[in-house]
Amino acid sequence: MAEFLQFCVSGLTVGAVYALVALGFTIIYNASDVVNFAQGEFVMIGGMATVFLTAAGVPLPLAALIAIAAAMVVGLALHRLAIEPARGASPVTLIIITIGASIFLRGLAQVVFDRQFHSLPSFSGDTPIQFGGAAILPQSFWVLAGAGIIVLALWAFFNRTLLGKAVLATAANRLAARLVGINTSFVVGFSFVVSAAIGAIAGILVTPITLTSYDIGTLLALKGFAAAMLGGMGNPLGAIVGGLAVGLLEAFGAGYLSSTYKDAIAFIVILGVLFVMPGGLFGRASVERV
Amino acid sequence: MLSTEAPLLSVADLTSAYGRIEALHGLSLHVGAREIVALVGGNGAGKTTLLRALSGVQPVTGGRVSFEGADITRASPHARVRAGIAQVPEGRQIFTPLTIEDNLRLGAYLRKDKEIAEDLERVYGLFPVLKERRRNPAGGLSGGQQQMLAIGRALMSRPKLLLLDEPSMGLAPVLVDQVFEIIARLRDTDDVTIFLVEQNAFAALSIADRGYVIETGEIAMSGPGNELLTDDRVREAYLGV
Ligand SMILES: Nc1ncnc2c1ncn2[C@@H]1O[C@H](COP(=O)(O)OP(=O)(O)O)[C@@H](O)[C@H]1O
Ligand SMILES: [Mg+2]
Repeated sequence: MAEFLQFCVSGLTVGAVYALVALGFTIIYNASDVVNFAQGEFVMIGGMATVFLTAAGVPLPLAALIAIAAAMVVGLALHRLAIEPARGASPVTLIIITIGASIFLRGLAQVVFDRQFHSLPSFSGDTPIQFGGAAILPQSFWVLAGAGIIVLALWAFFNRTLLGKAVLATAANRLAARLVGINTSFVVGFSFVVSAAIGAIAGILVTPITLTSYDIGTLLALKGFAAAMLGGMGNPLGAIVGGLAVGLLEAFGAGYLSSTYKDAIAFIVILGVLFVMPGGLFGRASVERV
Repeated sequence: MLSTEAPLLSVADLTSAYGRIEALHGLSLHVGAREIVALVGGNGAGKTTLLRALSGVQPVTGGRVSFEGADITRASPHARVRAGIAQVPEGRQIFTPLTIEDNLRLGAYLRKDKEIAEDLERVYGLFPVLKERRRNPAGGLSGGQQQMLAIGRALMSRPKLLLLDEPSMGLAPVLVDQVFEIIARLRDTDDVTIFLVEQNAFAALSIADRGYVIETGEIAMSGPGNELLTDDRVREAYLGV
């Protein structure tokens, strides 16, 4: 039982990060139909920039804010320089562009930062909290609480603000959005910036647990993408459930079966689910009834 | 009610193409302030292309569009909405997952004034069924109700010029009458100028001050609505008489 609880907590912690990456995919996908494979690089930039800024003597909270801002600038640049000029290109072309951007950002990170693994000190120390026989790292609470706050903030943004509704309107019907006067190009750029911020926050929160390096983005993007597909691409609730599910699958796979194959186990289960339910757990049809 | 002052909207030699296929071949027309003008023509004549070009969501390859005397040929869609042009697009194009009220509120997206809530009530007064269901997703509305929502959403921007693309499409005959009655009334209640595009030539010309007939991307005929209604060529081609 204690072991089970332990796997649950570690699964939910990484799962929360996957969920945030999947949410980033979802927000950009809904606004623009672009699957942004550079999403993992936002996570990397958040963690790496914070590491290097704190190493340079900047206090952690300020370093984190600067790192988030840097990721947002990169997100905006990605939209303005790579996505916007290719407007109207086929989805495959756009995916290739984001993969290219991801490779470019990874290369840039090797130059700006370095090729080592780095960590951050845990925000509230490293003394595990004993709970039902499981030892929970205080940083896990930071990750889970951070993810929870982001989800709530996004919910409020999309349901309570006019700009949020304009983003939803753009996702629902771009032509109609333009006809009511929504600047859809701004909305897409905005969604890149928001997704970048979410990714960066995830990267900062999880670095004390998982470490970071210039190339962590690739696997994170893959896991986040798998999570978004599992939940049903385009569905925010699906992204969250999908992310947590991938995290839990990994943790249980590693704990009960084999840690060598934990990634494979998660992907096999996802492929199985998608084989039975091609639209994912919360397929688009359930959100957008036409 | 022919307008003598400078037209609210004027279109001169407009051309527009889908790739290399030209859909509008130098089309000219004008709409005066507080007029109801109908553009009728068969399927594929270029009516939707023209309205999309007027709203700025369709590239134009030549010619000129001016609104209140200003050249808006290259203006962005949101600049045109801000200037006072709203469109009820073909196929209604409502935001199906959003609530009815959010659809209407987004119609006033660019407005900053304090009278948005008031206008919302006016739209609900016009279409009470929308008020009853205002918290529900708009996708659950019937075709006729969605048409009313699309009209209400366009009105929420307080347009000077309302463009309507086949508002009668897919509606039961009794609803068609109702929708046209509302459109005709809007000019009087809201001071809105109406440019109405229809395949349903009879209903459109019946409420129009003036009409144009479009054939393969060009204006083939024009005149007062009642004259076109009795014109033999129009009757034969579009009224099935
Ligand atoms: N998206 C499109 N791509 C290519 N051709 C189009 C497209 N939409 C319309 N057309 C063509 O442009 C012409 C005018 O179409 P349209 O403006 O939709 O006519 P209408 O609204 O009068 O039925 C038609 O020949 C049609 O085939
Ligand atoms: Mg049409």
